[in-house]
Amino acid sequence: MRFSPSSPPAKPRSPVVEPVATRTARRPVRRVQMTAPRHDWTIASDVNQIAPIVEAVAELCAAAGFSSRLCRLNVPVALTEALANAIMRGNSNDPNRAVHVCAMMETEGLVLEITDEGPGFDLDGVRYTPDDADWLEREDGRGVFLMRKLMDQVESCRATGDYGHTVRLRLRRA
Amino acid sequence: MSFALTKDEDRLVVDVDGQLVVNNRQEFKQLVLDEVEQGVRLVVIDFTKSAYIDSSGLGALVSLGKRIRDAGGELRLAALNEDLRTLFELTRLDALFPVFATREAALAGR
Repeated sequence: MRFSPSSPPAKPRSPVVEPVATRTARRPVRRVQMTAPRHDWTIASDVNQIAPIVEAVAELCAAAGFSSRLCRLNVPVALTEALANAIMRGNSNDPNRAVHVCAMMETEGLVLEITDEGPGFDLDGVRYTPDDADWLEREDGRGVFLMRKLMDQVESCRATGDYGHTVRLRLRRA
Repeated sequence: MSFALTKDEDRLVVDVDGQLVVNNRQEFKQLVLDEVEQGVRLVVIDFTKSAYIDSSGLGALVSLGKRIRDAGGELRLAALNEDLRTLFELTRLDALFPVFATREAALAGR
């Protein structure tokens, strides 16, 4: 569950998008965007490449009507975590490996896909929480926890094509 | 992103200008550790000019806090904005560091 104390519960949306074949001549033809606006970036495995991508995605979210809190906290932190994981864990900081970022503005919200060239890992198996005995002592291990808290959905999968591993983040508008 | 250090005997204030994140956390840690090795015992991190930090930044603070405690000192946080407070509360790290409204209050310990 995303941590967003000041946000009301997301309202279900049911966009009315008629298939072209059912339209009649009497109805005015509406322009319907059938595909979500999509933005793609490919960056080298360098953590200094993270900030510009985060800034660009936050700007996309602001333009799409996301709340300022989501734009300045949830999106930047969660995306930074995902990119850092892809660069440092997935690609082992190998400058010859790239990270691909895809941001899609769908009707319900933002979908981010971060793809590295690594072998992947069991995201569901990463379950560090503040209840762990060593939580207050350990230096690392909070990234996936933060992603889960700040996004509505976090999932991973084998990527299609030549790339290795994709983490997908979803965030509803609020 | 930059860090400004203000030192007064064994007290150090670090102003974080920008984000404390994965690509600058090592620089941040080393700057503070160098001062601790020189005798600093009270370290105040002033977040007045910082918007957010990530898990790497949080981890750097955890690591520094332990090193400073081991040296007989203390790491204090000052001027957390609403988003930063949220991050510390989510991760429960607000229980690990004394948090103060201002750097002056942090230096005075009240």
